[in-house]
Amino acid sequence: MIYVVIVFLWVALLLYLVMGGADFGAGIIELFTSSPNKSRTRRVMYNAIGPIWEANHMWLIIAIVILFVGFPVIYATMSTYLHIPLTIMLMGIIARGTALTFRNYDAVNDNMQKVYNKIFVYSSFITPLFLGIIAGSTVSGRVDPDATNFLDAYIYSWLNWFSVAIGFFTTSLCGYLAAVYLIGESTEDLERRSFIRKARLMNVAAVLSGIAVFIASISEKIPLIQWVFGNIIGIAAVALATISLVLMWMFIAKGKRYIIRVLAGFQVTMILLTTTYKHYPNIIILKNGKYLSLIGNRGADKAIEALGIALLVGSVFILPALVYLIWSFQKKKGVANNESYH
Amino acid sequence: MDNFMAARSQMALSLGFHIIFSCIGMVMPFFMAVSHFIWLKSGKPVYQNITKAWSKGVAIFFATGAVSGTVLSFELGLLWPNFMKHAGPIFGMPFSLEGTAFFIEAIALGFFLYGWNRFNRWFHWFTGIVVGISGLMSGVLVVAANAWMNTPTGFNYVNGTYLNIDPIKAMFNPAWFSQALHMSIAAFAATGFAVAGIHALMVLRKRNVDFHLRSFKIAAIFGVIAAILQPLSGDISAKMVAKRQPAKLAAMEAHFVTRPATPLLIGGIPDEKNKKVDHAIELPGMLSFLIYDDFTTPVKGLDQIPEKDHPPVAVTHYAFQVMVALGMMMMALGILYLIAIWKKKNWFEKGWFLKLFIAATPIGFIAVEAGWTVTEVGRQPWIIQGVMRTADAVTPMPGIHYSFYLFTAVYFTLSLVVIFLLYRQIKMVPFIYDVKPKTLHQDQSL
Ligand code: HDD
Ligand code: HEM
Ligand code: HEM
Repeated sequence: MIYVVIVFLWVALLLYLVMGGADFGAGIIELFTSSPNKSRTRRVMYNAIGPIWEANHMWLIIAIVILFVGFPVIYATMSTYLHIPLTIMLMGIIARGTALTFRNYDAVNDNMQKVYNKIFVYSSFITPLFLGIIAGSTVSGRVDPDATNFLDAYIYSWLNWFSVAIGFFTTSLCGYLAAVYLIGESTEDLERRSFIRKARLMNVAAVLSGIAVFIASISEKIPLIQWVFGNIIGIAAVALATISLVLMWMFIAKGKRYIIRVLAGFQVTMILLTTTYKHYPNIIILKNGKYLSLIGNRGADKAIEALGIALLVGSVFILPALVYLIWSFQKKKGVANNESYH
Repeated sequence: MDNFMAARSQMALSLGFHIIFSCIGMVMPFFMAVSHFIWLKSGKPVYQNITKAWSKGVAIFFATGAVSGTVLSFELGLLWPNFMKHAGPIFGMPFSLEGTAFFIEAIALGFFLYGWNRFNRWFHWFTGIVVGISGLMSGVLVVAANAWMNTPTGFNYVNGTYLNIDPIKAMFNPAWFSQALHMSIAAFAATGFAVAGIHALMVLRKRNVDFHLRSFKIAAIFGVIAAILQPLSGDISAKMVAKRQPAKLAAMEAHFVTRPATPLLIGGIPDEKNKKVDHAIELPGMLSFLIYDDFTTPVKGLDQIPEKDHPPVAVTHYAFQVMVALGMMMMALGILYLIAIWKKKNWFEKGWFLKLFIAATPIGFIAVEAGWTVTEVGRQPWIIQGVMRTADAVTPMPGIHYSFYLFTAVYFTLSLVVIFLLYRQIKMVPFIYDVKPKTLHQDQSL
């Protein structure tokens, strides 16, 4: 059962990264859109993410519940030593979720919209940035349970080049996913071309920040290169991701909207796979060289078993409904695009 | 403010904030389902308008409830890592099921809010019902987790370690039923009175009377029935507390000295130093009667409980008094309302009748906050009753008061924005929903 739980945890993270990421990315894209096009971008975006917004952010909740029920020591350690970035991320989640809703449900359309938009785009940027920083910190080997002063325990645990670089990498991945997604949502040629441009921009940003991650890992003495390229799975995944990237740009030119989405999602899956595969099942690497592991630090067997069953039963209810939700709004897009989004 | 106080305050703030939104999220879907149903059956456009107007309000509340809930699931660890390290696997079962309930709720809400004119009408209606039921389910489940903190079961605590963990047994702990029942009814009472009050105000001001009067009636009937049931379920809760948490009961009643024919105190100012209560009205034997169904059996007082396990008496007592007083007021209003339905239809046009309901707008929510204060403060100094002390659970990270100020500022701002948006929604009713029947069917927006 422990493996069922681990698979769910991994999949929840992946789906949060892909679907939630595209969702954050939409805000990031808005940040980089010139003002005249903003409202159009916003409309396309809202039609695309509106109905599934709630569902997207559930993946994070599932992941966190799995952590605290199944792996309480890992949850407790993270929330102690990464308290500050977690709090900032939460602020981002609050600001973003409420601003998105407020701007669509404010009955009066006036200057308040500008305020909501500002909050929305900046929090869309901050949240994945800190999500990435948190993820980076868990493997950076800076979390230090033996620390004796505030800075070592609660600041340097996450404030280092490696974690920050991962933060920016995550952010650009989100922007990239959103741009690719929105290419397929747009109805006008002009719009489409603008999203393609954005996708290219974000792709470049992702590659650059990816390189930055490797450089930071060398200077911080984190064996990232070895994790990624030291085993056949890692190399294969990187190769597949690269091939699919090339394929994707070919298909974009041909206007195949579903294929490009699948390919972009596949790339992110491969990236998550390479970065987690080698040090699985250890998910937190501590400064003293010890590890917190999904196997060694799991909760009581009965709890894991109950959790696994709950997850399995839950997915029997959830998955069909979710698929039907996404499918029906895809199918009925004709209606959606004529509709005022207010 | 020390770290420990700050952590407690932040937890209380976040929960107190979240509970308002979650009550509305649990209950409004049922109001909407009723008006939606009447619309589908009768075809009267005003009911469609009510449903739509409410659904916009719900979307605002739902989003706020969802983010504040997300924050809570992190905060448990951010503030009480040591508690979660041990309790997580034991009381986690309801949380993992709750995940499913939330998910279904979120999916159904997607269908409901964006589904106007897109699906079969009855399928669309049904998705609204699913939102309500799964919301209620998640409320019941999370209360089960809280009830476990009050009456921990499903493990053996031996020399500081937690053995033989049984999450199912932990979920169905003794207080689970009484708390979940009481909470669910409270959500209906509080939301019903709040929504009814707002619409009553509009009726009194003669704004879109048809629209607001019909909305008022739907909301009020839910609130009224719940308010009448509430004291009954409160009695069940009190008996459970007496059995499993005598210190909490004693604090609720400011009951310092054990004696036979224990009186029930109404009002009064507890004096914790001298262990007495000033200015209270005593009803001799009543507490014994309420707890044990006879007038003589003594109820355990604080003198039989070690000093170091005493909860704060004054806060618990005041909060309890507030809850019960408001509960009685709501019940009285409820009875008045039933009389109006059966015998005195003309009361609905009377100013005094509407004014009573307007005055009652916030009281349900005040009672909810007071009730949670009783439950949570009354459990102190324990975070897990009898097993782990709150002070041992708190995070080692210093400086939590900054985080508390930050959360206070954020939640304060959010509350203002939500009130502002709600005000705007209501103000716009005449422009959006004042029906010119012909254009109605072209109105495809939400
Ligand atoms: C509309 C709200 C409302 C109203 C009118 C009442 N309550 Fe209540 N009460 C709650 C809302 C609430 C609550 C917020 O929902 C609590 C907090 C924890 C819980 O399970 O329910 C609660 C807790 C609570 C507890 C503590 C349970 C525990 O700690 O496990 C008792 C003993 C009562 N209530 C008793 C009553 C009585 C005798 C009432 C008589 C009128 C009453 N309540 C009215
Ligand atoms: C008695 C207290 C509580 C009740 C009755 C309650 C009920 C609810 C309800 C009905 C919702 C649905 C959202 C809405 O409709 O607005 C919700 C959301 C949420 N609650 Fe609570 N809750 C309580 C306390 C908690 C606690 C202590 C936690 C965390 C540990 C929590 C975590 C969440 C989460 C994560 C969500 C978001 C789910 C979503 O996106 O739909 N809740 N809560
Ligand atoms: C939503 C309704 C709730 C409200 C308004 C509420 C209110 C409070 C208050 C006032 C405190 C501070 C008590 C004190 O320190 O003196 C507190 C503490 C706490 N509550 Fe609740 N509570 C609610 C539901 C829950 C639920 C459902 C859970 C968990 C499943 C929970 C978990 C906690 C924890 C862990 C603490 C901190 C430790 C403690 O003080 O015992 N609460 N809450």
